Amino acid sequence: MEAVIAISIGVLFGSGVWLILRPRTFQVITGLLLISYAVNLFIFIMGRLSTDRPPLTLEDGLVDGLVDPSLYADPLPQALVLTAIVIGFATTALYLVVMIGARGLTGTDHVDGKESSK
Amino acid sequence: MSLPWMQHLILAPVLLPLLCGALLVLINERHHERKFLINLAGILGLLVVSLVLMYLADSEYWPGGTGVYLSANWAAPFGIVLLVDRLTAVMLLLSSGLALASLVFAMTRWSRIGVHFHSLFQFLLMGINGAFLTNDLFNLFVFFEVMLAASYGLVLHGYNSMRIRAGMQYIVINLVASFFFLIGVALIYAAAGTLNMTDLAGRVAGLNADELVLLKLGMTVLALAFLIKSAMWPLGFWLPTTYAAASPPVAAMMVLMIKIGVYVVLRLWLLVFSDGAAAGFGFDALLWGGLVTLAFGTIGLLASQEPGRMAGYAAVISSGTLLAAVGYGQPSLIGVALFYLIGSTLAVSAFLLLIELIERIRTPSAAMLALTMEAFAVEDAPEEPVGVAIPGALAFLGLAFAGCALVITGLPPLSGFIAKFGLFHALLNPGSGEAIGSMAWVLLTLVVLSGLAGIISLMRFGVRTFWAAKGVTPPRLQLTEVAPISLLLLLCVLLTVQAGPAMDYLERSAAPLHQPEAYVERVLSEPVVSRIIERDRP
Repeated sequence: MEAVIAISIGVLFGSGVWLILRPRTFQVITGLLLISYAVNLFIFIMGRLSTDRPPLTLEDGLVDGLVDPSLYADPLPQALVLTAIVIGFATTALYLVVMIGARGLTGTDHVDGKESSK
Repeated sequence: MSLPWMQHLILAPVLLPLLCGALLVLINERHHERKFLINLAGILGLLVVSLVLMYLADSEYWPGGTGVYLSANWAAPFGIVLLVDRLTAVMLLLSSGLALASLVFAMTRWSRIGVHFHSLFQFLLMGINGAFLTNDLFNLFVFFEVMLAASYGLVLHGYNSMRIRAGMQYIVINLVASFFFLIGVALIYAAAGTLNMTDLAGRVAGLNADELVLLKLGMTVLALAFLIKSAMWPLGFWLPTTYAAASPPVAAMMVLMIKIGVYVVLRLWLLVFSDGAAAGFGFDALLWGGLVTLAFGTIGLLASQEPGRMAGYAAVISSGTLLAAVGYGQPSLIGVALFYLIGSTLAVSAFLLLIELIERIRTPSAAMLALTMEAFAVEDAPEEPVGVAIPGALAFLGLAFAGCALVITGLPPLSGFIAKFGLFHALLNPGSGEAIGSMAWVLLTLVVLSGLAGIISLMRFGVRTFWAAKGVTPPRLQLTEVAPISLLLLLCVLLTVQAGPAMDYLERSAAPLHQPEAYVERVLSEPVVSRIIERDRP
């Protein structure tokens, strides 16, 4: 499972980097989205990979009235990733607005605001 | 026992701009004056709060001069901790002072060329102050994003094609930097299991070799995010373009934003890596990076003709000097570096504000603004503002320009000279029995060279503008445009006259940064408010 998730994060990130270096604003924003997915997944697995473990402690999970942390997934990365998703979403939306504004003002979707002369 | 109100004051620099900004959103753009007054009141409030915090941090009110605020009454390291010490208080004061100057400057013209200037301005302040105060890495990310989101809006404020082009690149670069930030935070959490900066410093000793590697990796990736903000070479190419494109009051605030990168590196690096298992990690990289940045800024300053870009490169030079001073790793340098930071921030901001007034000599009747209006397609162009125009406009411009140039290049008699003198003094007196390192000479040479480049570049600009220009007509200057520049320059003069007390305070701010164990003990031992807990207990 580690290999699968590592490879998928790598592929997402690599594609994102390639797209960000392209000259069109649409490619850049797609690249930013892909990188943000990769980063969110990365944060998510920082609490270590596990299956079938709830993030919250419930009454029946108590051993002698104490919580055994090994039975539970780490809830903190999940909280972090939620915040990161929201913030990433907002900033990407903002970039989208700027991108449309730039298209309107400069008449081109090139990141430099003008077509490269060939 | 309930929390004394003084303790809640720590939260005020975040809360006040938040409420103020939210209130300003609700007021219609037609009420310029009302919006301006509310904004001004908010900033004056911040000024008072930061002065009180500065006093409290230096008195015996908090043990060790460090105030700790446990948000939602969660004990550290589980909750988010806000921490105020002398350094934080000084930075808060700097931010509110600069905000005051920028806002007053923006009153007559710049705040009216677009919508929601005042709200964005307050949110920017909220992010900046939060970034100074917080002691939690993820919370730092959130405040960084608040600050950046507001700055995106402000860079685009009154948008024309130049601003939108620069703004787009600025946004993409900072979005990528935020991803680096997140990756760094995730790696640090994976390694140390904590995001509280002070707790992290305490845990470094207990990490095994593998985790230490992971931590160093995380800190490096995290540092990339801050170094992009502080424009370290080769991460800082975005800066001069953005500075030149942004409207003057916004550019003046961005001078402070570049210093936040340096501030966070200073605080975090000294906390985690000043001793213990990983002592000294990364300092060389900071030193070399700082030196190269310094050289890059020097060359850029010599090469640029446009005043906006010149100011940008001056900011790059000051950032490079600061990074090199932090990376040099000598405790006595930090106090002087802070003195340099304050002086250079004030001077570069004043210069950025001044540029717009100087431009009017060349292009009378506010051609720049007209250009903006055209692109923004504003229907109701603000009438030529009626206000008090000051006499002797050219004399003021000349004097203010000379003042900025003196501080930026570090010539006597203003504060820039004292800062550089102190820097050299500290470099050449590394303490008893220690030899002066070869890097000290490199740094010294580069700082002198950058000063020289500054003199050449600024003199060239000054001569061309004031002496060699044909048909100089004294521009019409508003009192509200002159006052903030005078204020910033007067602060520089004050910093010169009161250099002794100021330097003492900054030395006292810098001293505890090198003793992370004191911070660890202080933060982790902060008691929660007990009464609430007892009342809720069955």
